[in-house]
Amino acid sequence: MLVELGHFCLALALSVSILQFVLPIIGIKLKSTRALATSTYSSYLFFCLVSFSFISLMWAYISSDFSVALVAQNSHSLKPLIYKVTGVWGNHEGSLMLWILVLSLYSLALSIIGKNIPLKIKSIVLSVQGLIASAFTGFILFTSNPFLRLLPPKLEGEGFNPILQDIGLAIHPPFLYLGYVGLSITFSFSIAALILKQADSIWIKWVRPWAMLSWTFLTIGIALGSWWAYRELGWGGWWFWDPVENASFMPWLAATALLHSSIVAEKRNTLKAWTILLALIAFSFSLLGTFIVRSGVLVSVHAFASDPSRGIYILLMLILFTGGSLALFAKNAPKLKSGNMFSPISREGAIVINNIIFSAAAATVLLGTLYPIFIDALTTNKVSVGPPYFESVFIPLMVPAILLCGFSPMLTWKRAVFDNIYERIIFIFIVSILITSFLIYIRNGSAMTFLGIFLSIWLFLGTIYDFFERILRGKSFNEVAKRIVSYPRSAYGMSFAHIGVSIFILGATMSTAYKTEIETSVQIGDKIIVENKELIFESIKQNQGPNWLADVATFRISHNESDISFLYPERRFYPASQINTSEPAILSRLFYDLYIVLGEKDIKNKNFAVRVYYSPLLNFIWIGIAFMAFGGILSLSDKKHRVSYKTLRKNRNLSIK
Amino acid sequence: MKKYYYYIPLITFILLILFFSRQLFLNKDPSHLPSVMLDESFPKLEFNQLAKYNLLTIEDIFSYDKPSLVNVWASWCVPCKIEHANLMLLKNKHSIRIYGINYKDNLKKADEILNLDGNPFYSIGVDSSGRIAINLGVYGVPETFILDRNGKIRYRHVGPILEYDIRETILPILTKLEQDD
Repeated sequence: MLVELGHFCLALALSVSILQFVLPIIGIKLKSTRALATSTYSSYLFFCLVSFSFISLMWAYISSDFSVALVAQNSHSLKPLIYKVTGVWGNHEGSLMLWILVLSLYSLALSIIGKNIPLKIKSIVLSVQGLIASAFTGFILFTSNPFLRLLPPKLEGEGFNPILQDIGLAIHPPFLYLGYVGLSITFSFSIAALILKQADSIWIKWVRPWAMLSWTFLTIGIALGSWWAYRELGWGGWWFWDPVENASFMPWLAATALLHSSIVAEKRNTLKAWTILLALIAFSFSLLGTFIVRSGVLVSVHAFASDPSRGIYILLMLILFTGGSLALFAKNAPKLKSGNMFSPISREGAIVINNIIFSAAAATVLLGTLYPIFIDALTTNKVSVGPPYFESVFIPLMVPAILLCGFSPMLTWKRAVFDNIYERIIFIFIVSILITSFLIYIRNGSAMTFLGIFLSIWLFLGTIYDFFERILRGKSFNEVAKRIVSYPRSAYGMSFAHIGVSIFILGATMSTAYKTEIETSVQIGDKIIVENKELIFESIKQNQGPNWLADVATFRISHNESDISFLYPERRFYPASQINTSEPAILSRLFYDLYIVLGEKDIKNKNFAVRVYYSPLLNFIWIGIAFMAFGGILSLSDKKHRVSYKTLRKNRNLSIK
Repeated sequence: MKKYYYYIPLITFILLILFFSRQLFLNKDPSHLPSVMLDESFPKLEFNQLAKYNLLTIEDIFSYDKPSLVNVWASWCVPCKIEHANLMLLKNKHSIRIYGINYKDNLKKADEILNLDGNPFYSIGVDSSGRIAINLGVYGVPETFILDRNGKIRYRHVGPILEYDIRETILPILTKLEQDD
C-alpha cells in the first residue's frame, strides 16, 4: 500500500514539476506576479512529494518487501540494515530517485535562502529547475519505474554482490549527487542570466556559494568512492581511471574552473560569459556522467544494467539541456556587457590560465573516456584506453597548474608588477629545490618523484608565505592578532584548499614511488619482514557473519619491542552466491599504511597466499582531500555569502519591469 | 566576427552528439558482435603463457565437446574484479569451462590476483600488445564470448557478468547451445 502511495506521489510530483516549469513562463508573458510567485510553492510541494515517494521506497527495502521487483532483484533479507537502506540507491532506478530527491532539496533550499533574490530571476531559476525535475521524474516513471510489483512475489531477494557491501561505497553516491545536482543551480542561474541578458556582480554573488557547495560535495563524494576502491578491491590502488570514476571527475574539474573564474567575475566584474559557459559545461558533465554510466554507450562497469531505450531518453535530455543552453549562450552571451580589462600578468590572468588548464584537463579525460567510441566510429579498430594514457597526458597538464598556484595568490588584481614578487618566487623556488634534493638524496628516487615532491613543497611554501606576509604586515603583536582574526574566511578557505592539494600531491607521489609489495605464501608461525616491521602469522580461526563464513587470520605486527599491533585479514565465503572474497586488513598510521590481503588456502600444505603492501604517506591523500573540502566549507561560511542573500531588499521591488 | 566564437561550444557539442547517436542507434545493443565475427569460428590465434597456468591453445577450444566461455580480462580493470566472483561461480557451481585472455596487463599482477582470489580459467593466453583483442573485436575489458561445441562464436557479452546476467543470459544460452546439435 505504501509502495502504491509512493508511486502515486511520484506521478503527482511529475505534474507539480511541470507546473513549476510552466507557470513562471506564463507569469513573465502575462506580467503576473502571482504566477511567478507560484514557483516557490511548487518547489515546496515537489520536495514533499518526492521525499514521501523516496521514503516509501526505502521502507520497501527495510521491510524486505520482495513483491516489489526492484527490491527482489537488489536486496536480501539477511543484509545488515544499513546496507538495506543504502541499497535503495545501489541500482539504476533507486539512484535516479536519489537524484531527484537531491534536486528537490536544492530547489527547496534556493526557495528558502533566496527570499531576497528579485522575483523574476528567482522564478526563472526555479522554472529551469522544474524543467530538469520533470525530465528526470518522467525518465523514472516511463523508463525506470522503481515501484513495479512482481507477481508472484519472491520469497527471498537475490541481490548482493559482497564487494558492493561496504560503507564507503554505500555512502558515496549521496555526496556525489549532492555535488552533481548542486551544479544544476549554477546552471539554472546561468540560463536566467542569458535569458535576461544581464549578469551583474550581484548575480555572481548568488551563484558562487552554490558552485562552492557543489564542489565541496563532489570532492567528498569522489574521495569516498576512491577510499572504497582502496579498502575493498584489495590491490592497494586508489584511482583507476575507470569510466565511472572519470564521470565524476569531469564535473569536478569543470567545477574547479568555475569556482576560480567566479572569483574573478565577482571581484572584477569580468569573465562573465566564460563563467556562464563553465556553469553550463559543469552541469552538462553531470548529465554526461549519468549518460555514460547508464546508457550503454560506454559499457564498462559498476553493477548497473544498461538499456538502449534509456540511452535514447538520456541522449534527448542531453540535447535539450546542453544543446539548448549552448544555443542560448551562442545567441545571447555576446550581448552581455563586457567587463573590465586586465593585464595578462595579474591575478585575473593567472586564473584565466588556471581555467584553460582545468578545461583542457576535463577535455582530456573526456577524450580518454570516449576515445573507444571515436575510434570505433572513425575506423574499424576497436580499442580501449587504460591508465597509461591518462597518466601520460593528465600529469603534464597539472604541473603548470600547480606551479602557477604556488604564486598566483601573491599577484595583485588588474595589473601585477612582477618585480615586486620576483624575489619571493625565486626564494621559494630555491628553498623547495633544496628540500626536495635533500629528501631525494636520502631516499633515492626517479625524476617523477623529484617533480612530485618539489611541486608539493613549492605549493605549500608559496601558500604559507603568502599567508604570513599578509598577517605580518601588522607592526605590533596586537595588530598581527587582529589581522589573524579579521582575515576573511574565504581567504582562509583558499589557503586550506591549496595546502590540501599540496598534501595530496605528496601523498600520491610518495605512496606510489616508495610502495613495497610482497607476495608470498605462509604457514602459521611464518614471518614476513617489510620496511623494518615484522609480521608474524599467528593463527587462523573460523568465523561467521550474517551471510558469510570466514577464515580470519591474525597477524602480529611489531614495529619495535614496545610497539605491537594486530591485523585480521579475512577470507570470506558467501554460501548464497558461492562467492569467495578477501577483506583486506589495513593498519593505517599517519606516515604509512600496511595492507594485508589473505588469499586462497592451499589445502594440501595448509598454506595461505598472502599479499602485503607497504605504502608510505598514503593517508596524506585522504588528509589532503579533507583539507580541500574543509577549505570549501570555510569559504562557504564567509559572511559575505550570507550578506549577498540578505541585503537585497531594495532590489526586490524593481524585480518586475 | 568575434560573435561567432560563441558558437564554438555548441558546434563541439553537436559533433559529440552525432557520435553518441551513431553509437546508440547503429550498434543498438553493444553486446552484438559485428556480423563478421558472429557465427564464425574462433580465430586461429597464438598466445603467450601466463606464469604457471595452462596455456590457452586453439586445439583446446576445438577439441572440447561442450559450449564454453572466453573471458577477456586484466588485473587493472575494476569491473573484472567484480565479475571475478561470478566466473568462479560459473566454474565451480555450474562446471563451465572458461578460457581466459589476459589483456595488456602486468603479468606479475595478473598472476598475483589469480593466486589470491582463485583461478576460474581452464587455461589462459596472454595478449600483451592488444593485437589479439583487435582480431576478436574486443572493445574493452571485461568481455566474454560464448562458443558452441564446434568452437564457433555464438554470443558476445560486453562488460562484467553479474548474477543477473548469469541467470538471464549466460546459462540460458549455454543450455540452448548444449541442446542444439
